[in-house]
Amino acid sequence: MRDNLILRVIAKALIPVILLYAFYVQFHGDFSPGGGFQAGVIFSTAILLYALVFGMDKAADVLSDRVLIALASGGVLLYAGVGVASLLLGGNYLDYNVLADDPVAGQHIGIILIELGVGMTVASTMLLIFFTFARRMVIR
Amino acid sequence: MTEHISVLLIIIPLLAAPLMVIINSPKFSWLVSLGVTLVCTYLAYILMTDIQRGSEVHYAMGGWAPPWGIAYLIDPLNGLVTFIVSLIALSTIIFARKSVEREIDSHVIPLFYAAFLLCFLGLVGICLTGDIFNMFVFLEISSLSSYALIGMGKNRRALTASFHYLILGTLGATFFLLGIGMLLAATGTLNMQDLSMLLPAVENRPLLHTAFALIVVGLALKAAVFPLHLWLPNAYTYAPSTVSIFLSATSTKVALYALIRCLYDVFSFNYMLDSWLPQALLLVGTVAVIYGSWLAIGQSEVKKMLAYSSVAQIGYIVIGIGLLSDAGLRASLVHIFNHALMKGMLFMVAGILVYRLNSTRYQSISGMGKRMPITFGALIIGALSLIGVPGTVGFISKWNLAQAALAQQQWIVVVALLVGSLMAVIYCWKLIEILYFQPATKSRISKVEQGGDSVARMPVGMIVALWSMALLCIYFGFNTELTLQGAQLAVDALFATREVLP
Repeated sequence: MRDNLILRVIAKALIPVILLYAFYVQFHGDFSPGGGFQAGVIFSTAILLYALVFGMDKAADVLSDRVLIALASGGVLLYAGVGVASLLLGGNYLDYNVLADDPVAGQHIGIILIELGVGMTVASTMLLIFFTFARRMVIR
Repeated sequence: MTEHISVLLIIIPLLAAPLMVIINSPKFSWLVSLGVTLVCTYLAYILMTDIQRGSEVHYAMGGWAPPWGIAYLIDPLNGLVTFIVSLIALSTIIFARKSVEREIDSHVIPLFYAAFLLCFLGLVGICLTGDIFNMFVFLEISSLSSYALIGMGKNRRALTASFHYLILGTLGATFFLLGIGMLLAATGTLNMQDLSMLLPAVENRPLLHTAFALIVVGLALKAAVFPLHLWLPNAYTYAPSTVSIFLSATSTKVALYALIRCLYDVFSFNYMLDSWLPQALLLVGTVAVIYGSWLAIGQSEVKKMLAYSSVAQIGYIVIGIGLLSDAGLRASLVHIFNHALMKGMLFMVAGILVYRLNSTRYQSISGMGKRMPITFGALIIGALSLIGVPGTVGFISKWNLAQAALAQQQWIVVVALLVGSLMAVIYCWKLIEILYFQPATKSRISKVEQGGDSVARMPVGMIVALWSMALLCIYFGFNTELTLQGAQLAVDALFATREVLP
């Protein structure tokens, strides 16, 4: 991809914007449409674009399989962990009201943490699927 | 505390599975799985006995009150099924360690156990939830992980078997989901208790009939009820041994539980009585018994024979559901428990054959009976139980089923029961004859290290798991307090909800 100047420049310009948009969707999830799943997919498209333009190896340098697997499992753990936290604080499983003194604030904290877990898992799983299939094509 | 047990049963495997993937050590994964299944079995036992003593558990997920939020509702029926699933998962994990080391590449072993726990979680979730959409979600969790588990088999045909199951399983899940969507459209609620209250008001709409048909067909596909059983034999045959044990003993049973729950609890009893379903279930069950046994006779491979025998045994359970009586349903529930025990045990025998001889074909195991007395001693108990000889669990369930059928004078069903048992004698005897009365052939066995430890000795875990199942098979054949009374309580609970209805 050394010679595709336009592609490289546009990709470099676009990737930060895509990442920023992903974070916007992520953190605005509790006020407006959006949330972890959508944000995760958008986030993964940024890395995906990077991998398509600059090559698989460079993308894998940033996010190796090991890291991605840890992120994917970590997201699930975060989700389940929030539930356990509310359980330990005396509420039902995933009852966010008990997470803070004020129930409304508790709901905010709970939903943001959970959406973060979803986002982590979705983004890294999307990338894992992409890397797994792309690598098969390269080997062939 | 019992309040929270219902949700702990799901949280513990949910936390353990990603943890195992992160830590990524085969030995650690097995230990964690053992711990998790042990704790879950204990919790499920407490939950079940607590429910049977009369307390009721309603658990509102996230603190949202039932008709809006997801509620977990435990009655004696799902308490019993949850306990069965946990018990089988525990004994499978005890069995699994060496078998998995042999059959699965070492770098995916943590993933294997993680998928196993997710599958377990899904099955337990189906049992515990009181929300029909949540049930679908758990059905998908357990199915997706079982596709992955089946695909990990050593034989390359495992991939086709898994793909075949994936297509049919997805079809079944889609039907189920469509049915749920229509129920939601008709009533505006997903909570099962709420649905059962609201459905009588819209009973005569075509939408409801369509939903009924879709849900029944979708769940029957998952449960491998006779004409929809095509995915089952190959999936069980080519899956890794551990997976065959677990899935054969639990996954179809849990789908049958979901069917019972939907038929008796969600749709009212009278609705089902007026429909074509009871007759159809009886017919399908009867055919399944004969057809499954017939194909089992023709097999020349242990796992495949057991898989076709499962098709027949599912037929017995379906007959019990179709009889539409107290006694029939009780027989079905008892058979769900008993069949899980004996089929799990028989698949363990197949797993040991794979471990020691690397083959389950009849040709390569001929004359092995005297050399592996521990393994095949258990096999004989399992075979007697499949046939339904008094003193084993198989007898209890068949006796109850036959009584229920006689009480309703369903003579065809009674004849099918007898013929099915006779055919079970044939396919079991065929195996026993090959094991004990034929000369040993050594040449057929391949890819086993000669003089290696694995041929000569059986891992302790396997013996413990196999024989504890075998002894349970006999124990519950004599002491039916837990099974029969548990099933009776479950049936009472189901019929009690019917009387509450207007």
